Amino acid sequence: MFLINCPYCGERDQSEFSCGGEAHIIRPKQPTELSDDQWAEYLFMRKNIKGVQFERWNHAHGCRKWFNMVRDTSNDKIHAVYKMGEKPPVK
Amino acid sequence: MTKFRVNKTKHVDQTKTVSFNFDGKSYHGFDGDTLASALLSNGVHLVGRSFKYHRPRGIMSCGSEEPNAICQINEDTDLTEPNVRATEIELYEGLKASSQNCWPSVNFDLGGINNFISPFIPAGFYYKTFMWPKSFWKKIYEPLIRWSAGLGKSPTKPDPEMYDHKHVHCDVLIIGGGISGIIASKIAAKNNLRTILIEDKNILGGSTIFQKNENYKINNKYSSEWLDEEIAELQKLDNLTIKTRTSLAAYHSYNYLLAKENISDHLPLDKKNGGIRQRLWKIRADKVLVATGAIERPLVFNNNDRPGIMLANSVKKYLDYYGVSCGFNNVIFTNNDSAYETAVSFKEKGISVEIIDIRKKSNSKIVKNAEKLGVKIYWNSTIVNTFGHRKINSIEIMNLSEDGSNVVGDKNRINCDCLAVSGGWTPMVHMHTQSGGKLDFRENDQTFIPTEIDESHINVGSCNGDFELEEIINNTNKKVKNFLKVRETEFDNTSVLNSRELDKRNIWLLPNYISEGKCKSFIDFQNDSTAKDIKLALREGFKSIEHVKRYTTTGMATDQGKLSNMHALGIIADTAGVKMGTLGTTTFRPPFTPLTFGSIVGRSVGNFFDIIRKTSIHEWHIQNNAKFENVGQWKRPWYYPINDEGLHDAVQRESKAARDSAGILDASTLGKIDIQGTDASEFLNRVYTNAWSKLGIGKCRYGLMLNEDGMVYDDGVTTRLGENHYLMTTTTGGAANVLSKLEDYLQTEWPELDVYLTSVTDHYSTASICGPNSKKILTKIFPDKDFSDEAFPHMSYQNAKIDEINCRIMRISFTGELSYEINIESKYGKSLWEKCIEVGKEFKITPYGTETMHLLRAEKGFIIVGQDTDGTMTPIDLQMDWIVSKKKYDFIGKRSLYRSDTIREDRKQLVGLLTDDPNEVLEEGAQIVSNINKKPIEMIGHVTSSYFSPNLNKSIALAVVKSGKKMNGQKLIVPMENKNINVTVSDSVFLDKENKRIYA
Ligand SMILES: [Zn+2]
Repeated sequence: MFLINCPYCGERDQSEFSCGGEAHIIRPKQPTELSDDQWAEYLFMRKNIKGVQFERWNHAHGCRKWFNMVRDTSNDKIHAVYKMGEKPPVK
Repeated sequence: MTKFRVNKTKHVDQTKTVSFNFDGKSYHGFDGDTLASALLSNGVHLVGRSFKYHRPRGIMSCGSEEPNAICQINEDTDLTEPNVRATEIELYEGLKASSQNCWPSVNFDLGGINNFISPFIPAGFYYKTFMWPKSFWKKIYEPLIRWSAGLGKSPTKPDPEMYDHKHVHCDVLIIGGGISGIIASKIAAKNNLRTILIEDKNILGGSTIFQKNENYKINNKYSSEWLDEEIAELQKLDNLTIKTRTSLAAYHSYNYLLAKENISDHLPLDKKNGGIRQRLWKIRADKVLVATGAIERPLVFNNNDRPGIMLANSVKKYLDYYGVSCGFNNVIFTNNDSAYETAVSFKEKGISVEIIDIRKKSNSKIVKNAEKLGVKIYWNSTIVNTFGHRKINSIEIMNLSEDGSNVVGDKNRINCDCLAVSGGWTPMVHMHTQSGGKLDFRENDQTFIPTEIDESHINVGSCNGDFELEEIINNTNKKVKNFLKVRETEFDNTSVLNSRELDKRNIWLLPNYISEGKCKSFIDFQNDSTAKDIKLALREGFKSIEHVKRYTTTGMATDQGKLSNMHALGIIADTAGVKMGTLGTTTFRPPFTPLTFGSIVGRSVGNFFDIIRKTSIHEWHIQNNAKFENVGQWKRPWYYPINDEGLHDAVQRESKAARDSAGILDASTLGKIDIQGTDASEFLNRVYTNAWSKLGIGKCRYGLMLNEDGMVYDDGVTTRLGENHYLMTTTTGGAANVLSKLEDYLQTEWPELDVYLTSVTDHYSTASICGPNSKKILTKIFPDKDFSDEAFPHMSYQNAKIDEINCRIMRISFTGELSYEINIESKYGKSLWEKCIEVGKEFKITPYGTETMHLLRAEKGFIIVGQDTDGTMTPIDLQMDWIVSKKKYDFIGKRSLYRSDTIREDRKQLVGLLTDDPNEVLEEGAQIVSNINKKPIEMIGHVTSSYFSPNLNKSIALAVVKSGKKMNGQKLIVPMENKNINVTVSDSVFLDKENKRIYA
C-alpha cells in the first residue's frame, strides 16, 4: 500500500488511486496518416520496465485528477509526482 | 497443586483455579497459564500426532513457532476454531480443546502405521505415487489425501462474533514489547512522538521479564527487576499507546501495517457474548521500529521429535514464568551458552539437570556458574538416538570427531524425562523482509541479519542479531537515538553485567553411527520432513531453495517454517558445498501468524458485504412483488411475477403488454453524465463514432463509443440540452468507467478543450413508458403538452412540469415502440412513478423488468454492450457501419477500424438466428458450427442473446458468427449435449424493420 502524494490533495492511501500505465505516450495527432505498424506502436507497445518507470495515475476516489509519477517498479519507491503537462524530472 | 508446579511466580495466580478440558479429560490450571503451561503442569506432553507419519508429538515451545501443539478448540459449538496453538491461547474457565490430526485418539492411532512404512514415503511421495493409474485419482487418491491431510475442522455455523477494523496514524510504531521495544518506546514517547507499541503476549517484557540470574544485571539489579521498573514508568507516558495481545500480521510498503488485536479470545465463553472478538488495526506509521526478537533453533538429530523434547528457553519460561517444571530428570542438549541459563534455573530449584554440549569447551561466566552448581557437562558430544514412545525416557550419546563430521568412541545411555534443546538463535526477520528489506549472512553464528534499507524503518534487539544483553541495550539506545534524531537518553549510561559467549560451534545435521537412510532427523515437525528428504530432493536435481521447499514441503505448514527454514538451508548448503549466504532464503509472506477470516472481513458481512444501490422507486418494486437482478451494485427489477408466475410466464406477459398497450420500466440506473463547456460538441465528436456538431438543441442522438483499439466500449443516447450543454447516458454497468475514460482524455490528451463532466446518475430518476398507448398516458400526466409528432418528434426532448416540479421528457426508444423517458429529480422519482401507474391504469400499464427489456430490444435487433459484444467486436462486426462517420477526421478508435486485423472479412459478425423448430429456444453461450462431420469440429461462433418472442410467436436469437454477414439464409447447427439444433442465419432485426411502431 503506497502512500501517494497527489499533486492536488497531498498524501493519500493507494486505495484511492488507480494506475493508468506508462506515461508520456502521446496520442498521435493524425492517426489516419500512420501505417499499421506505427499505429500498433502507439496502441500496444509498452516498456514495462523493471526499475524506474514513468507512470500515469488517477486520484479516482479523490479529486479525479490524472497526474504522473516516477516509480521504481523493483522496490515501489516513488521518486516524484508531477502534474499533467509538466516536464518530467531528470533521472 | 500438581507435582510439576514447582515454583510460585507473579505471572500465574495460583489462588485462582481454572478448569478446562483436553481430549475429553478434565484438568486444572491457574489464571495466567496458557493451555500449554497448564497441560505441562499436569504432566501432559503428548498433544498430537505428526502430519505424515502420525508419530506422537509433544509441546515444543512457548510461542507462535509451536509446530506440534495445534488444537481444535470448543468443538461442536459455533465458536469452534481449528489450528489454535496451545502455547498462545490463554487459559480460561471451561476451555475445551482437542488434539488435531490424530483419529481416533492421540494415544492409539491407526495412522501410526505410516510410521512403520515410512521408508516408502520419501520426499515427493505424493507427487510420484498419486500420478497413475489415472482412474485412481477421483475415487481413491483424492479422498484419501483429503481424509489424511485435514488440519482441524472449520466451523459449520455462521460466526456469531463481531470483528472490527481501525485505521490509525502514528509517528512511531514499535513492534514487539521485549526489552529493546521497551527502550525504544520510552525514547520515542518521551521525545514528543505519538507512539504505538504492540506486543502479541498479554504482558510486556519478552524473555528478559523472567531472567533472574546473577550473570545478567542492569544498573546492579536483576535484568527482570530493572525491566519491571521500566514497564511501570512506560505505562505512565501520555503519548504512548500500548497494545498487548496484538500481533503484527503484515508489513506493507510505505510503512502500512496490519495488526490483529485479540479482545475476547482469552475470556470464558459466557463472557464473550456480544462484544468484538478481534480488531484489525490498519496502521500508517511515519517510522517503524521492529523489535520482534529471535526464535530459538532446535537441533537436528536422530529421533529428535519425541514428546518431552523441547526448546531450552521455552523450558526455562515454563519454569521461571509459569512455575512448571517440564521434567525432574532433565538433560540439556546445546551448541551455545544460552541453554546454560535453563540449567542454572533448574539447579537453583534443586531439580536434576545434565548438559550435552557439542562444543569442545566454553569459558563464559554462565558456564562456570553452572559447573559450580554441580551440573555435569558432556563436552564435544552429540545425541545419536532417543527412546520412549509417548514420552522420552532416555538418550544415547557419543563423542564428536575433531571436525564434527562423525561420531567416535562408545555409546553412553542417559535416562531423562525432558530433553531441552538449543541450536542457537534465529532473528525474526520476517517483518523486515516483508517490508522489502534484504538480509546479510553472518558467518560466526550462522544467522541472517537485516540490512538497513531507508530512514523509515530499523530493526533493534535480537531480531537485528544482537543477542548479548549489553549489546541489546547499548545498540538499541544508539540506533534509536540516531533514527529518531534524539541527542541524549536516560539509557546513555546504563551499566550492564553480562555473561559473554566466546565459543561457538554449529553443525546443521548432527552425525550418527546409524546410516543416514535409517535416521529420523526431523527438520519440519509439522509437515514431517526430515534431513533425508532434503538430501533426496537435492539428489533428484532440485537446486533452488524455493523448489526444495515445495518438493519436501519443508516450511510450508501453518508455522511457515519458523523452526525449520534455517536447518533446511544449512543442510542444502552443506550437501551442495556452497556458502549459506549465497543460497538466499525463502520469501516470508504475510501473515506472520494466521489471521482469522473474521478479522480480515471486519464489518463487511451480510448486508454490508458490498454496497447496494437502490433507485428511489425501489420500495414500490418491492411492494409490487418484483424479483431483482444485480447489475453492478444496482438492484434492478428483473420481472414482476403475478401470483406464482415463473420468470418465463411473467416475461411473456410483460413483453406482450408493452407492445399491445403500455409498459413502464425503471431506467434510473442508466449512467448519466452532464457535459458542459464551449467545446462540448467537439468533445462528443471525438469520443463517439458518429457526428455531433449538427445536432440541434432539444434533439437526442444514439452514440457508440469505442476503445482506441476500435472495439465497442459503450453506447447510449445523448441529448443536447443547450448550446454548450449535453446530457449523456451510458449503460448501467459502464457508467463509472465511461466517466473515468472521458476524464482521462480530457485531462491528458485534450487539455485545451473547454469541457466539464459531472456524474448525475443519482440525481435523476427515470420512468420509461413505451407502447402504442404511451402517448395517451403522457398526455394525461402533462395535459398542457402537445405530444403530436410535429410538436414532439421522435429523438427529441422537452422540459415540462408536474405541478411545480421540473421534468425532462425524452422521446427515445430502446424497445422499438413509441416511447418516452421522463427524468425527474430523484426525490420525486417514486411519486412520478406512482402517478404514471395511476394514470396508466385504464391502459393496463404494465411494469416490466430487465428481462423483458432485453427481450423487447432483441426483437428489434438492438445490441446490449457486454452481452452481444465482448471487447472484440467493432461496429463493423456488429453490422452498424451506419453509425461510423466517414467524414470525421478522427475519433477514439477510428484508426483501428482499418488495421489489417479489423478489416478481415472472416471476423465474427453479429447476425440473427432462427431455429427450424420455432419453439426451440437456444441457450445463450451455445457454440455454433457449420460442418458437424469434419473433425475436429470447428466452432464458428456462439449465441449471444436468445428468447422466445411472444410478439412474433417464435424463438429468436442474436449470435456472432465468422463471416456471418455473408451467410444470410444459410443453415447452421447448434450442437447441444444430447441433440443438434438446426438454425438458419437471418437478419438481426426481427420485428418492424420499417420502424413504424415508434410513430404509432
Ligand atoms: Zn487528488
